Amino acid sequence: MVRYIAQRLLDAIPTIFLILTLVFVAMRILPGDPAIAALGDNALPEQIAEFRERMGLNVPLWQQYFNFLWGIFSLDLGRSLLSNTPVTQLIATYLPYTLELTLFAMILGVAGGIPLGVFAAVNRNKWPDNAIRGYNLIGYAIPDFYLGALLLIFFALNLGWFPIGGVGSGDIWSRIHAVFLPALTLAFVKTAFLGRLTRTSLLEVFGKDYIRTARAKGARENRVVYRHGLRNALLPISTGFGLSLLSTLSGSVAIELVFNRPGIGRMLISAIAERDYAVVQGGIIVFALFVVLINLLMDLVYVIIDPRIRVTK
Amino acid sequence: MTALDHGAQQVVAPEPGKFEIVGKIFAGRPATVVAAFVIFAFILIAILAPVIAPYDALAQSFLRINHGPSWQHWLGTDQFGRDVLSRMIYGSRNSMIFGLLAPTLAAIVGTTLGVIAGYFGGIADRVISRVVDMLLAFPELLLAILIAAALGGGFWNIVVVLTVAFVPGFARVARAQTLSVKQEPYVESAIAVGVRTPTIIFRHIVPNIAAPIVVLMTLWTASAIRLEASLSFLGIGTQAPNPSWGNIIRDGLNNLFGSPWPIIGAGLAITCVVLSFNLFGDAVRDVLDPETNQ
Amino acid sequence: MTTPLLRVEDLVVEFGPKSAPIRVLEKVNFEMMSGSSIGIVGESGSGKSMTSLAIMRLIPEPAGRVSGRIEFDGRNLLDLPKKEMPRIRGRDIAMIFQEPMSSLNPVMSIGDQIAEGIMLHESMPREKRREKAAELLRLVGMPDPMGRLDSFPHQFSGGMRQRVMIAMAIACNPRLLIADEPTTALDVTIQAQVLQLMKQVRKRLNSSILIISHDLGVIADIAEHVIVMYAGRVIETGDSRSIFRNPTHPYTRGLLDSVPRLKDDRKRLHQIPGSVPLAGMIRQGCPFYARCGLRMDKCQQQMPPMQSVNSTHNAACWVTAPPLDTPRLVVAGEMR
Repeated sequence: MVRYIAQRLLDAIPTIFLILTLVFVAMRILPGDPAIAALGDNALPEQIAEFRERMGLNVPLWQQYFNFLWGIFSLDLGRSLLSNTPVTQLIATYLPYTLELTLFAMILGVAGGIPLGVFAAVNRNKWPDNAIRGYNLIGYAIPDFYLGALLLIFFALNLGWFPIGGVGSGDIWSRIHAVFLPALTLAFVKTAFLGRLTRTSLLEVFGKDYIRTARAKGARENRVVYRHGLRNALLPISTGFGLSLLSTLSGSVAIELVFNRPGIGRMLISAIAERDYAVVQGGIIVFALFVVLINLLMDLVYVIIDPRIRVTK
Repeated sequence: MTALDHGAQQVVAPEPGKFEIVGKIFAGRPATVVAAFVIFAFILIAILAPVIAPYDALAQSFLRINHGPSWQHWLGTDQFGRDVLSRMIYGSRNSMIFGLLAPTLAAIVGTTLGVIAGYFGGIADRVISRVVDMLLAFPELLLAILIAAALGGGFWNIVVVLTVAFVPGFARVARAQTLSVKQEPYVESAIAVGVRTPTIIFRHIVPNIAAPIVVLMTLWTASAIRLEASLSFLGIGTQAPNPSWGNIIRDGLNNLFGSPWPIIGAGLAITCVVLSFNLFGDAVRDVLDPETNQ
Repeated sequence: MTTPLLRVEDLVVEFGPKSAPIRVLEKVNFEMMSGSSIGIVGESGSGKSMTSLAIMRLIPEPAGRVSGRIEFDGRNLLDLPKKEMPRIRGRDIAMIFQEPMSSLNPVMSIGDQIAEGIMLHESMPREKRREKAAELLRLVGMPDPMGRLDSFPHQFSGGMRQRVMIAMAIACNPRLLIADEPTTALDVTIQAQVLQLMKQVRKRLNSSILIISHDLGVIADIAEHVIVMYAGRVIETGDSRSIFRNPTHPYTRGLLDSVPRLKDDRKRLHQIPGSVPLAGMIRQGCPFYARCGLRMDKCQQQMPPMQSVNSTHNAACWVTAPPLDTPRLVVAGEMR
């Protein structure tokens, strides 16, 4: 088990380097001169020179690359061109909101999706199964920002049940009140995805010999479904959980925009519009590192739920 | 040599006729027929946009800001007085172009990379597989957002962004398929008797990995349309004032108190088209690549 | 005369649409006295596993339809409401399955899996259950039973897993133990050990055992009575000594002849030509007709009834076991 975990951690290191390198390449080389990209075509030569100096673009590329990596490891991602705030500070300010939204959405998605999947699998090919299949088709087709806008119009604007955007005031109930609709929006798609995954995984597990063994022992249906079935189906479900955590995170970008919530996604999007080069880079790095982190986390979750990895001979 | 080549060809199962495949896709699936009809209708709308759009999609007018639906403006007007229906009709062009173009380009690039990695192996395989694996860890939307963040909007940039987002998926499938086809007796014997590599790749490998690639292309058309809409919604796709279903919703959101109709209309269009392409893609997959069906 | 422990009467199992059902069991009849051991033998597809699953009512419904009577201790199990079955499974009738590799839950420790069976049927504190699980493991010959309670199935060899399965099955002292090909998936040396274990266990618990195998060696080793099945039908039953000495149905003879150690001059029957017909393919006549070396016209039209060969031995064959009122055909090559 220790070896497995160590292996995963070691595997993540080159991946992180590769991703950072790609970010570097994309930011410095692809769009041409970042100074012109940031300041626009009409910038004065002095402005450009000053910008290059400030961003450390006057040194050779290899040195820029080194500085770039060093900056990340020393948690210095430069300063916003607009507000001159350190990018790490911006990230520290906005990240909690994004995490709050993502976690809340995942909780709703899991709480909805897994029972739904169990229900569909137990009633295979009967009406609940078909209804859930229909829900799935819609869930995959409807863009989350559209659904969010509809919920906003209906529940916040027309019925006034929820605030129109924002994150609420300091106390926890007001925050939950404000995060509920955006989280529900993201959870709608997650529920469909996790529900379908749970159904498929459970049906596969139900065909296994050990399920028959459990019945032969005298286990009742509930016990067979949950203790033996779902417990084994958790392996594929946890993979899906990782995937949907990632897609919730990427979905949060648009949802933050719809509900006018602060967050890393909104930070990134407005930085793009404002050509705030350093903040864009910081936002990209945060998201990219999240991808690595979540994948790593999923590998570690397997350790907990799969004794075949946890306990070796 | 020619004789051997010929013999090798015969090991391949006879391809069903094109019409047979099309027939199977629709046979006994009313939903697929409806989906195909919707797709066809939207393609027609996209092509004929200048003819059927009642107004100029870009024409602003202060005289008719935020009108609700009426006989003149079926879906009302937006905060600039533009006709929402006309903007949606023109917006369909974006969705269709990117939806069809991006998966095709991604299929070409991804298949090339995947076949190279799978067929030649070695260092090429290691490099390609490593990068592909890493990119596959990213959800397509996130990858697209990150690339668009670096590149900026604009037509060709969107093409690049959407293509790059789908390349890893195609590359992985193509690589895996190539590896398995390469072990088939007809390929091994062709290699053994010294058939030239390009001949092997184009006559034996590519035709035999085509089915899953085509399946992915149809399935990901829906994803590409969704992605383009998302990017345009975020303001890093199709740029204003050009209409796209995504930025119609974006404009609508900035005008929430004015009129909800742009949001409702454009979102419905995206949902319908994506749903139709998904249904159609599922049907194509069931026929061409039944093994992967769950 | 006491009531039999298990009486199977006209057991029919059908799959597929009701309009065109596929019958995988066609009127299976047998009974089993308390404390006895019966072996069901037949090739794969002969319906022997289906019979055991039907007794446990483990055939998935509504895909499979079961009719007839399965009397256990005088009660017809098929009449019981579905909810009653879990109370019987594991406590009165327990089952050992063929694949020790896949029949154990991979994410549950073997101690928990054994204790689960006890928990389901007996009220016993947790610690006591653990002790009993260890006790059972010791009984089935598991080294260091206390220390291995928390091990998972993947940490054991096939033979050890089958021992765990046996421990699970005997946890509640079942009156009937059904073993479906308990040794098939194991190495030959391990097979012998597991069989030995099953005999010991049976003696110790005094339970009846219904063993299912395609391997005549296994059956000969453990069973006092033998049921030979072919294409979903019982074609020969009897005392195992009588069946092995005097196999009457041509199929049984073929089976015995295909065992390598039985040597005789008729090389012709070393292998039964053809293969078991698909379930439900036989509409009329003797199911073995197509492959039988002794067939006659009558066999194609009418399924032969069971006829007694001697007081403990019956067979269904027009040729070798004709009804008593017709002159008996003397067939060359009666075994030995």
